[in-house]
Amino acid sequence: MLSVPLYADSTMPAAQLANVQLPDPAQEAKAKALMETLRCLVCQGQSIADSNADLAGDMRSLVRQRIAAGESPEAIRAFLIARYGDWVSFAPPIDRTTWLLWAAPVLFLVAGGALVAGRLRRRR
Amino acid sequence: MKRQLTLWLPLAIFIGLATSFVLGLRKPDDRLVPSHMIGITVPGFALPAIGTDISGLSAADLATGKPHLVNFFASWCVPCAAEAPQLQALAAQGAPILGIALRDRPADMRAFIARYGNPYRKIGMDPDSRVQINFGGSGVPETFVVDGKGVIRYQKIGPIADSEVGDLLAALKTAS
Amino acid sequence: MIAEAGLAALWLGAALCALQLVAAVLSLSARVERSRDTFDTAPGGTSLDFARDERGLSGLIRPVAVAQAVLTALAFACLIAVFITVDLSVKLVVENDGVGRPLMYRFSGTWGNHEGSMLMWVSILAVGGAAVALIERRLEERTLIATLGGQAVIGLGFYAFLLFASNPFARLDPAAPAGQGLNPLLEDPGLAFHPPTLYIGYVGLSIAFSFAIGALVTRDVRPAFARAMRPWVLGAWIFLTIGITAGSYWAYYELGWGGWWFWDPVENASLMPWLAATALLHSVTVLATRDGLRAWTVMLAVVAFSMSMIGTFLVRSGILTSVHAFAVDPRRGSFLLALLILYIGGALALFALRVGTVREGSRFDVVSREGALVINNLLLSVILGIVLIGTLYPLVVEAFGDKISVGPPYFNATAGPLALLLLIVMAAGPMMRWRREQLGIIARRLIVPALVLIVALVAVKALHPAIGLWPLLGLAVAAGVGLASLAPLWGRNLRRTPLHTWGMVIAHFGIAVALAGMASDSAFTQERLVAARVGETMAIGPYRVTLANIAPDFGPGWTALNATLAVKRGAGAAYELHPLARTYWTQGTQTSETAIQTVLDGQLYTVLGASAGEGRWQVRLWWKPFVTLIWAGGALVAIGGVLSLLGRLLRERRNELRKAEVWA
Repeated sequence: MLSVPLYADSTMPAAQLANVQLPDPAQEAKAKALMETLRCLVCQGQSIADSNADLAGDMRSLVRQRIAAGESPEAIRAFLIARYGDWVSFAPPIDRTTWLLWAAPVLFLVAGGALVAGRLRRRR
Repeated sequence: MKRQLTLWLPLAIFIGLATSFVLGLRKPDDRLVPSHMIGITVPGFALPAIGTDISGLSAADLATGKPHLVNFFASWCVPCAAEAPQLQALAAQGAPILGIALRDRPADMRAFIARYGNPYRKIGMDPDSRVQINFGGSGVPETFVVDGKGVIRYQKIGPIADSEVGDLLAALKTAS
Repeated sequence: MIAEAGLAALWLGAALCALQLVAAVLSLSARVERSRDTFDTAPGGTSLDFARDERGLSGLIRPVAVAQAVLTALAFACLIAVFITVDLSVKLVVENDGVGRPLMYRFSGTWGNHEGSMLMWVSILAVGGAAVALIERRLEERTLIATLGGQAVIGLGFYAFLLFASNPFARLDPAAPAGQGLNPLLEDPGLAFHPPTLYIGYVGLSIAFSFAIGALVTRDVRPAFARAMRPWVLGAWIFLTIGITAGSYWAYYELGWGGWWFWDPVENASLMPWLAATALLHSVTVLATRDGLRAWTVMLAVVAFSMSMIGTFLVRSGILTSVHAFAVDPRRGSFLLALLILYIGGALALFALRVGTVREGSRFDVVSREGALVINNLLLSVILGIVLIGTLYPLVVEAFGDKISVGPPYFNATAGPLALLLLIVMAAGPMMRWRREQLGIIARRLIVPALVLIVALVAVKALHPAIGLWPLLGLAVAAGVGLASLAPLWGRNLRRTPLHTWGMVIAHFGIAVALAGMASDSAFTQERLVAARVGETMAIGPYRVTLANIAPDFGPGWTALNATLAVKRGAGAAYELHPLARTYWTQGTQTSETAIQTVLDGQLYTVLGASAGEGRWQVRLWWKPFVTLIWAGGALVAIGGVLSLLGRLLRERRNELRKAEVWA
C-alpha cells in the first residue's frame, strides 16, 4: 500500500511569479502591500503573502502578473472580491454591514471622553 | 439615576457579546468559502488538453445551450480518487461532465484516469489555478453546474458522496 | 495506578474547593449577623467575636485553599508522570504520545493538548489561590474571605469542566499498541513554555477579579484594597507581557515569512487581557495613591479577567478561524461559554448593584498625574474595544449570513494612531505631579523630547524620502518618547531612586524601544525571493548569500532538505546558515525551519522553500534592520515590571519592620 497524506499537495513547481519578485521594486512593493491584505482561502488565518498553500502561490502569481500588466491594486482586489466575496480581503469595506465596525473607534472615543469629561466637571 | 443606568451598561454590552458567542457556537462549523460567481457567466478561458485523444476545454464548450457539470480535480488529490465512482455514476446517467485538472502534469493525469476511469467528455489543464479562481473555487475537488448560457448555477465543495449524486442531477435539471 | 491517583487527587481538590466556597459564604453571612447583633453592645464585642470566629469557619479557609492547591498540583504531577513514561493505557497520552521524543517535549507535551492544558489552568488557579491565602495580610479579613470565596467559585466551574467534559485521566481499555504522536509544531522550546506563561498571567488576573468581587461584596474599595491588589496585578501583567513577547517571536521564526504579528484572533485573545491589565495597573495606582477611580478600577479588574476567559473561549471553541489552530470541540465550547456567562455576567450584575454604594474617590485636576492616567486608561480601553470588536465582528456578520474578514488594514488604521497618542501621554504623565500641575511647567519639560521628536522626523525623512507616513511617525515618536520616558530619573540621585521608579522608567522606555523596532521593521525591511540554483549568489541588505549546497537530513520523526547558505557581509568572514524544509513523516506535515543570523543592527532571516523545478530551489531572504528591538523592548517592559514589583514588596517589608521597631 502506498501511503499518501490525506490532502496531498501538487508536485508541480509553483506557478510563475508565485515565489519570485517582480523586477521593478515599485511594482513589487505595490504587489506585496496588496498580497498582505488578501486572505488565503486554504489556510484561512494567513494572508496570501505568508502562506505555503498552493492556491496562495497561484494567487500571488496572479497578483504579480496583473500588477506587472499595469493594473491597480484596488482593481485586483475588486476582481478577487467578485469571485470570493468580501471574505477574501482583510480590509473590510465600508457598507451596510460594516459601518458599525468602522464607526466603533470613534464611538468608543466619544463615549469614553464623555464619561471622563462628566467626571472631571464634577471633580472641579 | 443617570449614573445608575450607566452602571448597568457593562452588563448590557456583555449580554450582547454573549449572544454573539451563542450564535457563533450554534452555527455549524463552516470553514468553506462559497463562490460568489453563482449566477454569473464564467469569464472566458481556453485550457490545453493532456493529449490528442481527449480535447482541452474552453469557455465556448460551456455555452452550448445545455447545462454541464464542471469538475475540478487533480491526480495528486486523494479525495478526487474517492469521488471517482460517483462521477462515473453521474456520467452513466447521462450527465455531461467536463474536467479541469489543477496543477497537474499530462502524464500523471493519464495515469489517474487510467486507474480511476474517465467520466469526462473534455479535460482542460489549469496549471496555475487561473480558471479555478475565475469560478470562485478554493479547493479540490469541487463541482459546478453551469447552464447552457455559460452561467454558473450551483457549487458543490469537496468530494461528491453517494447520497449527493441525486442532488447534482437535480441541479443539472433545474439549470436546463 | 498513577492515572487513578491523579483523578482521585483532582476530585478531592474539587471537594476542598467546594468546602472553601461554603466556608467563605457561611463565615461572611455569620459575620454580617453578628455585627448586627453586636452593633448596640460594647465596642469591644466585635473584636472578641472576631477572635472567636477566627478559630471557626473563617480560620478554615486558608488551610483549605492551600490543601486544595497541593492536591490539584499533585493531580497535574500525575499527568506529567504518565506523559513522561508514555503510559499508552491513558487515552490522552495515546492521542499525544511522545514515544522517542526528547524528555523535555514529553514533559511539555502534557499541556500541548486541551485536557492537559485545562488541568494546568486549574492547578495554577489553585496555587494562585493558595498564595493569596498564605501571603496576603494587608487586606481586611472580610474582604480576604470574600476574595477566596470568589476564587473558589471560579475554581469549581473549571473543576466541573475538567471532571465532566474533559477528563485528562480517562483510560483506554485495552491499551493502545501505539500512539498518534505529538504535534511537531510543539517540538519547540518557545511553544513548549509559551502556554504556561500566558496561563499564569490569566490566572493572576483571576485573583484581581476575585479581589474585585470581594471588595464589591464587602463594599471595601479603598487605597488599602488597591495596595493589596497591585502586586497581584503586576505579577499577572509581567507574565502576560513575557507570554505575548515570546509568542510573537515564536510566530516570527516558526511561520517562516518574516511576520511577527498578524492580528490573528488567537493573538488578539492574548493581547486583550494585556491591554486591560495595563489599564488596571495604572488605575490601581491612582486608587492606591490618591483614592480616586474606585468604581473604574473595580470594573477594570472584572474586565481584565473577563478578557482572559473570552480569549480562552475563543481559542478553544474554534468559533473563529486562526493560524494557531487548537484542537477544538463545540461541546467544550458550550461548557466554557456557560462558565463565562455565569462568571462575567454575575460579576457585572454585582458591579451594577453594589458599586453605586461605593463612595466616589477624591477629586483632582485635569492637568495632573491622575489626569494623564485617566487619559491613558481611556485610550487603552478604546484600543481594547477596537481589538474586541474587530475580532468578533466577523462572527456577528456571519450570523446574518455574510462573510467578511477583519485584518491588519483595519487594526493598523484604527488602533495604530491611538497607540501613538497613548505613547505621548505615557511620556508626559510621569513628569506631572499628583493632584495638580501647571501647564507651563509641563510644556517646558516636554520641550527637549519634542525637539528630539521633530529632529528625528526631519532626519529620517531626509535620509529615506520614500518612507511611509506611519513608520516615519513611529520612529520619531519612539525617539522623543524614549528620551522623555527617562525624565523621571533626571537630576535624581540614581542610587537613591526607588526601585519601583526604575521599574516604571524601564518599562516605559521598553515600550519606546519596541515601537522603534516595529517602525524600523516596516520601513526598512528588504526582501529577496529567489528560485536559486546551487552556486548562485544573492544580494540582500549588506549581505551576499550563496546557496552552497542542498543536502538531505533527518532527525527524530522527520526528514528534511538542509540548505547550506554561505553568508558574507562586506569584507567580513564568511559563515554558514542552515535553513531546513522539514517533513514529519509520522504526521505528514511540513514545516520550514528558518535560520536567523542576529547582529547588532538587525537580523538576516533565511528560509528554504520547495523545489522550483529545473534544479532550482526557492530561497527566501529578509534583511530586517533593528527588528530585534521589538522583543528587546518587550523584555525591558517585563524587566521594568519585575523591578517595580520587587520595589513595592521590599518597601512594604521595610515599613513592616519599621512598625515592628516602633512597637518594640
